[in-house]
Amino acid sequence: MAETLPAVRFDRVTVAFGTRQVWSDLSLEIASGTFVAILGPNGAGKTSLLRAILGLITPTTGRVEVLGQTPRRGDPGIGYVPQHSSFDPDLPLRGRDLVRLGIDGHRWGIGWRDRAADMRVARAIASVEAERYADAAIGRLSGGEQQRLRIAQALVGEPGILLCDEPLANLDLRYQQAITDLIRDWQQRAGGTVLFVTHDVNPVLRVVDKVLFVVNGRWAAGTPDEVLTSERLSELYGSHVDVVRVHGRILVVGESTETGFTLDEPHHMPLTVDRHEGAH
Amino acid sequence: MDQVIRLLAYDFVQNAVAAGIVIAVVSGVVSRFVVARNMSFAVHALAELGFTGSAGFILLRLSPVLGLLTGSAVTAVFIGLLGVRARGRDVVVGVVMAFGLGLGVLFITLYKGYSSQAFAILFGTITGVSRGDVLLLMVIGVITLATLAVIYRPLTFATVDPEVAEARGVPVGMLAVLFLLIMAAAVAEAIQVVGVLLILTLLITPGAAAERLTPKPGRAVVYSVAIALFCTLGGIGLSLLTNLAVSVFVTTLSFASYLAARFVIGPALQNRSTPTTPTASSRSAT
Repeated sequence: MAETLPAVRFDRVTVAFGTRQVWSDLSLEIASGTFVAILGPNGAGKTSLLRAILGLITPTTGRVEVLGQTPRRGDPGIGYVPQHSSFDPDLPLRGRDLVRLGIDGHRWGIGWRDRAADMRVARAIASVEAERYADAAIGRLSGGEQQRLRIAQALVGEPGILLCDEPLANLDLRYQQAITDLIRDWQQRAGGTVLFVTHDVNPVLRVVDKVLFVVNGRWAAGTPDEVLTSERLSELYGSHVDVVRVHGRILVVGESTETGFTLDEPHHMPLTVDRHEGAH
Repeated sequence: MDQVIRLLAYDFVQNAVAAGIVIAVVSGVVSRFVVARNMSFAVHALAELGFTGSAGFILLRLSPVLGLLTGSAVTAVFIGLLGVRARGRDVVVGVVMAFGLGLGVLFITLYKGYSSQAFAILFGTITGVSRGDVLLLMVIGVITLATLAVIYRPLTFATVDPEVAEARGVPVGMLAVLFLLIMAAAVAEAIQVVGVLLILTLLITPGAAAERLTPKPGRAVVYSVAIALFCTLGGIGLSLLTNLAVSVFVTTLSFASYLAARFVIGPALQNRSTPTTPTASSRSAT
């Protein structure tokens, strides 16, 4: 029965903070087992979208459903990898402890040793190949190593839905590949649903089934080929936008720097491509 | 040694040791969270406004210890209500503290007697605590520790990983306010030993020293408690032997512990475990 239910459903959802509308009239169904990239410029409300699914914000109007139910805080069926936040290098916390918090960190009490929980933690750490550094202070690990442990933490509770907020930010290309593969592997192995917020679609282009592009409260959804076209995005942004494909990468280029935005942030782009794009 | 044993026969020494043990355990646990949550400034504010509270109670001829507790608890509630979020919290703390200290000055000025009690609160008087005060400190200490035991795991989650904790249903905001109240109680306790002005020596230093010794969160709490016990009991002992103020020795021992943990013991432990430490290569990227 659960198979026929969409993993996440938005029904005419509007979210506003004060007078600012983050998105309006969003209707969308995300089928179970799909990999969805959520794209758009900064401040487009990508994170709010995840927070609505987590039950941390309530839509102003409309309805959000997770597997047919109203989202509730602490839903064990949802794993969450938050936007990059660094740990103090002196914080006494190992990767193993972070993953363990994903099992029972929300429960009251001290949390004594638990053999079964330790085994689950060890399995989750192995599944992201982080055994080598799982016992070191987490604040002293590299961004990519921390990200693997965060994914292990999100997956240790065996969720059906994984929400990732800019999991590739601050990672070099090599790590971006590795983290993307890790999440894709889980999705295929567990038949899970992935909602992946990113400002750059390129690292995940090979693996996404659908994209949701959010701009200024407007949105477009579909396969990458349907959505990432000059026509669709110009309509969405309300100004002329070119979608260029260079060396298998997709660049979104605005007409002037004033309204200019690229899907890539400059530091993710080789300089030569930058110029090419400027000349376009 | 003989002298210590002889001293232990005295009532006031027994009181001081009993109170010292409870206070050190509370301080050790709380200081781990104070350090991890980066709340040094809030500790300072709670202590100074605890002073205002006790100055007010002295003026009204009520128990200074209760006044201390009242002052820091009221401050905790104010800070909690005005700014739970980390950003801007320091500003709120500063605003509340400035006004509260002004009140303290007023109370001291109004109090006509010789304010030795106020002096004691500023610099600590553990050897002067009465049987009644010891009982009061015990009760507060036990309640504080019991509350900490109940919220230990979600508080840890909310401290080290607030975004995921919130998503997993941890009441992050409620825990922030509750922890402020726990801090208020710990402050009122620790002031008995070291006084308002030296409060950080028990509510920051043990936790800061402990995190140099281990990457394991539970063990860090145990080390922190051990350091706090060492400083408090050592301080009481040395003070009895020399007749100098307890706080002199507590601050010295706690600073020495920190230096040792940071520059001697910590690095030595780290060298021993080097083969398992990370960041050398990044096989993980493949």
